Amino acid sequence: MTSTALRSRAWKLLEMVTTPLLPSDYLDLVSPLRAGADLRGRIEAVHPETGDAATIVIRPGRGWRGHTAGQYVRIGVDVDGVRLWRAYSLTSPTNRQDGRVTITVKALPDGKVSNHLVRRAKPGTLIQLDQPTGDFVLPQAKPAKVLYLTAGSGITPVMGMLRDTEFDDVVMVHCAPQPQDVIFRNELHDLVADKKLRLTEVHTATDGMLDIARLDELVPDWAERETWACGPAGLLDAAEEHWTEHGVQERLHTERFRPSIVVAGDGGEVTFSATGKTVDADGATPLLDVGEEAGVLMPSGCRMGICFGCITPLKAGAVRDLRTGEITEAEPGVLIQTCVSAAAGPCDIER
Amino acid sequence: MTAIDPTAHLTAEQIEELGRELDAIRDEVIADRGEKDAAYIRKVISAQRKLELVSRGVLLFSFFPPAWLIGTAGLSVAKIMDNMEIGHNILHGQWDWMRDPKIHSTTWEWDHVSPSEQWKHSHNELHHTYTNVIGKDNDLGYGIMRVDEDQRWHPFHLGQPLWNFINACFFEYGIAAYDLELGKNLHKRRRKNPEFRARAKAVGRKIRKQVLKDYVIHPLLSGPSFLTTLAATFTANLVRNIWTHSVIMCGHFPEGVQVFERRSIKGETRGQWYLRQMMGSANISGSKAMHFMTGNLSHQIEHHLFPDLPSNRYAEVAVKVRALFEKYELEYVTGPLPKQVFSAWHKVFRLSLPNKKPKVKTPDREQELVAA
Repeated sequence: MTSTALRSRAWKLLEMVTTPLLPSDYLDLVSPLRAGADLRGRIEAVHPETGDAATIVIRPGRGWRGHTAGQYVRIGVDVDGVRLWRAYSLTSPTNRQDGRVTITVKALPDGKVSNHLVRRAKPGTLIQLDQPTGDFVLPQAKPAKVLYLTAGSGITPVMGMLRDTEFDDVVMVHCAPQPQDVIFRNELHDLVADKKLRLTEVHTATDGMLDIARLDELVPDWAERETWACGPAGLLDAAEEHWTEHGVQERLHTERFRPSIVVAGDGGEVTFSATGKTVDADGATPLLDVGEEAGVLMPSGCRMGICFGCITPLKAGAVRDLRTGEITEAEPGVLIQTCVSAAAGPCDIER
Repeated sequence: MTAIDPTAHLTAEQIEELGRELDAIRDEVIADRGEKDAAYIRKVISAQRKLELVSRGVLLFSFFPPAWLIGTAGLSVAKIMDNMEIGHNILHGQWDWMRDPKIHSTTWEWDHVSPSEQWKHSHNELHHTYTNVIGKDNDLGYGIMRVDEDQRWHPFHLGQPLWNFINACFFEYGIAAYDLELGKNLHKRRRKNPEFRARAKAVGRKIRKQVLKDYVIHPLLSGPSFLTTLAATFTANLVRNIWTHSVIMCGHFPEGVQVFERRSIKGETRGQWYLRQMMGSANISGSKAMHFMTGNLSHQIEHHLFPDLPSNRYAEVAVKVRALFEKYELEYVTGPLPKQVFSAWHKVFRLSLPNKKPKVKTPDREQELVAA
């Protein structure tokens, strides 16, 4: 017998010992970061960067496959007891010796996860991790000239790049409301002092928003530079248009953060994605009834919210709990009770 | 359905007002539900796992009598925790709001021979929706006992104290049979129904796994302690079964608990549904440890009003619920465990015999029985 077969037999036997739990349920008690466990990380430190941004130092579990500069990671954090998932750019270089990685988070107004991480996260806390991902990365072949065009927290993936790979000729244009809002400001100025970076800060509170036409003046040779841009949609749209106009769009790489902004309304178009049906629903009819009327096979039970026999994934949009008025927004893994939930705007139910 | 309706003094408006007041209690807990509650269930789960691990470890040396005693006691408590405070409550969806896939009603499996999926249907859906409605809620005597005067007496009921005792000893098997609706499905034709066969198979798989674990693998691992470990796990399962049976009997069987006619729930309002839950359930009074070991089902009334609220909140909710009972002049059936167990058993014995005086049946009631 091969060793793999032997190991799988041994594991089967262990499963018989622990049934109905799994051996991992017990191993998680002592070693949640071990190889083979669901990927998790432990917050080891939280360093404030600005008044509303902080860098979180995370020790990832043994299953972490490493990242490429510029990539992001999805993390699952328990906020007020509820597990919420968000994506953040990795800001640590890929060759960090201690095996830790960092993300840098800016607290958004009403941002549940970002405010929790910046203001309340405690070292020692376990978080859930996905493997890093994203195409906003540096190429294998070194470009001669580089431009980083960033705004606000759009600097985070670029900081991962700056810390990871040195180029001979790097220019950065970064927009932030005021000097004290510039994340990593000291480190950036150190790089400038070491002549490793040329930096232009645009302070939008005093200078106004960056007019992309000003690039000619700020970085005269911008069109010759391999450019990585990250920031709000307005800036990226303008950049894409500008680069296309000058026929150099292949030199521009952009990363868009898409905070899912759901505007909760009253009723909306409901899509039953598994069946491919779409119907209009008002804000008072339970989605279970909406589905059944549309001929969708819906699981059901008590029809009054007590048995949890009707729970179904909410893929997109938002729903309102008809008993409490509470709004639930779609996120991966979010299940809703269709018998006591109504559409709060357009939504997608996996049935 | 008892001779005197204990809710007759309430007007329809009062019942709806009661419903609104109960909704407000629920909303208050939901608004406050958070980190502390999540930390509570995680702590309980972790404590249960550690206790089971240590107890099984001690049982490896169970040929040594003190080790047998400690290991068996520990395993019994661990099994009760798994069944009551953890399993029962997670399967109610009480912790689904945490969005932790490992502590979720759709993924949880318990150390019980009834697969959680089947139990959720018969318990959460049927029992909790149709609480104490004769003919709809089979928890009312599990289909083998007569627990209300209005249920028809049959000579079979003479043996119900014995059935109840056997059911208590092998309660988890009783539940599995009940979830399968075995009595109804053993007829030749239904036995072949593919849906029933699939469910029966699932139960068979769970029984096999549990029996293998408790009566083969762990005793084998104990080597020279094979027999003593076997006896220990058997005892732990027996203790767990008798304990859970006793607690659960106290929930709806004690004297003073009302049962309802099928007809009475037609077009039931939210207020009326709440009122039925209040009159159809009974509590057990006692210490914090007592509430914990019953999985907080000692707060059965509160659990039936709000089956999806986290169990650790029932104690605080109970104070407010009890005040409403007083305000609306309703009887809050509660008492210490021995008293409630005695009361429930007393009823089992009493109703094993036909009613002393034949009840005068109203024409409505006759029609109801014919229709049923």
